[in-house]
Amino acid sequence: MRRIYFDNNATTSVAPEVFEAMRPYFVEQYGNASSIHWFGQQARAAVEAAREQVARLLNARSNEIIFTSGGTESDNTAIFGVVGAARSETKHVVTAAIEHHAVLHTCKALEKRGVNVTYVRVGSSGVVDPTDIQRAIRPDTVLITVMHANNEIGAVQPLEEIGCIAREAGIPFHTDAVQSVGKIPVDVERLGVDLLSLSAHKINGPKGAGAFYLRRGTVLRPLLYGGHHERDRRPGTENVSGIVGLGKAAELARSQLAEEAERVARLRDQLEAGILDRVPLATVTGDRARRLPTTTNIRFDYIEGEAFVIAMDLRGIACSTGAACSSGAVEPSHVLTAVGLTPAQARASIRFSLGRFNTADDVEEALRIIPAVVEQLRAISPHYKEQVVARQPSTAGKSI
Amino acid sequence: MTIAVAMSGGVDSSTAAALLAENYSNGETPRVIGLTMQLWNQRRLPSLIGAGVDGPDGPAAGRCCSLDDAYDARRVAAFLNLPYYVVNIESAFEATVVHPFIASYLRGETPVPCSLCNTEIKFSRFVETALQIGADRIATGHYARIRFDSTCGRYQLLCAADRSRDQSYFLFGLTQEQLARTLFPLGELTKVEVRAIARRKNLPVADKADSQEICFVPTGNYRRFIAAYLSEQAQATAPFSGEIVSSDGRVLARHGGIHNYTIGQRKGLGFTGGKPYYVTKIDPAHQHVIVGTASELMHRQLIARDVNWIVPAREGDRFDADVKIRHQHLPAQARVEALRHCQAAVEFLEPQRAITPGQAAVFYRGEEVLGGGWIASVSD
Repeated sequence: MRRIYFDNNATTSVAPEVFEAMRPYFVEQYGNASSIHWFGQQARAAVEAAREQVARLLNARSNEIIFTSGGTESDNTAIFGVVGAARSETKHVVTAAIEHHAVLHTCKALEKRGVNVTYVRVGSSGVVDPTDIQRAIRPDTVLITVMHANNEIGAVQPLEEIGCIAREAGIPFHTDAVQSVGKIPVDVERLGVDLLSLSAHKINGPKGAGAFYLRRGTVLRPLLYGGHHERDRRPGTENVSGIVGLGKAAELARSQLAEEAERVARLRDQLEAGILDRVPLATVTGDRARRLPTTTNIRFDYIEGEAFVIAMDLRGIACSTGAACSSGAVEPSHVLTAVGLTPAQARASIRFSLGRFNTADDVEEALRIIPAVVEQLRAISPHYKEQVVARQPSTAGKSI
Repeated sequence: MTIAVAMSGGVDSSTAAALLAENYSNGETPRVIGLTMQLWNQRRLPSLIGAGVDGPDGPAAGRCCSLDDAYDARRVAAFLNLPYYVVNIESAFEATVVHPFIASYLRGETPVPCSLCNTEIKFSRFVETALQIGADRIATGHYARIRFDSTCGRYQLLCAADRSRDQSYFLFGLTQEQLARTLFPLGELTKVEVRAIARRKNLPVADKADSQEICFVPTGNYRRFIAAYLSEQAQATAPFSGEIVSSDGRVLARHGGIHNYTIGQRKGLGFTGGKPYYVTKIDPAHQHVIVGTASELMHRQLIARDVNWIVPAREGDRFDADVKIRHQHLPAQARVEALRHCQAAVEFLEPQRAITPGQAAVFYRGEEVLGGGWIASVSD
């Protein structure tokens, strides 16, 4: 069976160039980057070259890049780190209701430690209104953290405006850019962020490698304690092969950013238009103009998303109901309910996320299969029969 | 044919999956699909697992049998090279099994959640999911048999070949459509044979112990479960007390809730009398637990509600059957009459001990299940 992968927001395939770049660092160049000898120096050179590559992708300086194990650790370090270092009697954090759990649950943990958190809501577009951020700021606000692009619906947030607000108020500004880095331009100067989290495996790099950007002068208390690695920000022997992979993936993304974004967006738009054309009662969630080129979230009313994903998988197509980390959860997606969907609508929503290795053939094949799968599911849905099939003659007769 | 097999992680459903995989997985497309139903979050009632809540989803240390069982099911599916998925039906399970289970106890009954789960979850929600994902048959590891009777064009539900493991008692609620779609690969096998097959096939769960308890009450202590659930639901448990009364009307003691008692119970009544007392009746209206002698436990008649007829019966039909009133009961000869409103009247030839409201009364003719219902009332 041919397999098609439309779940690139969950993770991506390591690009062959990335794999090749990593290969020497397992068996030949296995040194500890902190060692004095030749082996160590080889590893150190590779880590620093990767740091340059990541910095270039973000328009940052290389000494502002700190390597971690991935997006979750970067988010935790940034949020706990800034809040922990702040010296005020009471502390307050501003974030958005649609954040990834790596941010949301970190904020929940802060709340248990006495920190106040404001979760700014979003409208049906899935985009935060900067004036809501402005309004949420209090004298004791020590951090603003708003994601760059949402992982479930792809909505891109107005970071430039929020960055201005944060700078004017003198509040450190963090963004979880795990989904946007390498897919749309990310320039830390233009966006005005002080901290930014990213992950290698979302951009055709390896799992277990990530980084965060830390603007010079931003005060941070480290999450972990140990050796003096990463300028005392993140102890632990560097994951040299992973870091090399992240660097190569960053370079690859940067060198082809505009044309790859355009190519993927074209495929995504073909898929989306094809679905809306062929499947009745299908609706795109969120602002279609202001989103990642890779992502579409489509609601197929009267289906059970979980069953759709399984039925699709049995026919060779990988897609998802939302964040992979939430699969199997009882609660409907917090992102989809935040943009105004009912729990039933949220459960009927499917995310298709495309990437570097998808082709026009993939889209064509998927468009052949998706309408049949939706039909198969709706044929069994009692609600669909009651609400739609039963009503059809009467609405047709009325000729509204 | 595409078969969705319900995999619980135990040896029975794992062996059922293995037997099906052996027969059907030779084609190019997957023909056998493993599915596990996630029914209940064991971390939900932390007081039952002796842990506090820390973090949004509670402590990871409170890992429970349910998650471990899904883990085992996944291992077996991977071992058999089957596509495998976990389907979350916690909310349906809570609404159609856990709620009625607790409500039944609070009404003074002794419920059978497994029968309810079979009717409401396994053979309805699960079948629905199976159809949605493109399967046309479902299979489970139940010990029972289904046979198509071509003379009348109907499916029959039969006892398992291994009578000591027979689970047909829990399956009386199956409809013709459900029976038509269902396979019981273990129906002709004994438990010993099933274990032997599991070992021969090197299934990772071949030597796993059988589960004994109700799946969502892993400690086996349903009283604690009810208390924890009610307190989670913020329902006051204070009114749950009343009197233990003898059958001649004397108040003998107080009790902490009628749900703590079941008909025929002798131990744990909280008082000592001159002669052995048994719970003979529970009166929910007055919150009375009524106790009496062993002979007062004996009854001949019951009314069953929500009766499902696998062999069709019309109002007024009367026939002889062997009727089983609890899982461990040896079916006893009785006269059954189909009544209106899906009810049935059962009159045993000999009085039966501790006929218990909330349990199922299942009607057999030989090895065939004719139908069954829930015991609503007991008389004579």
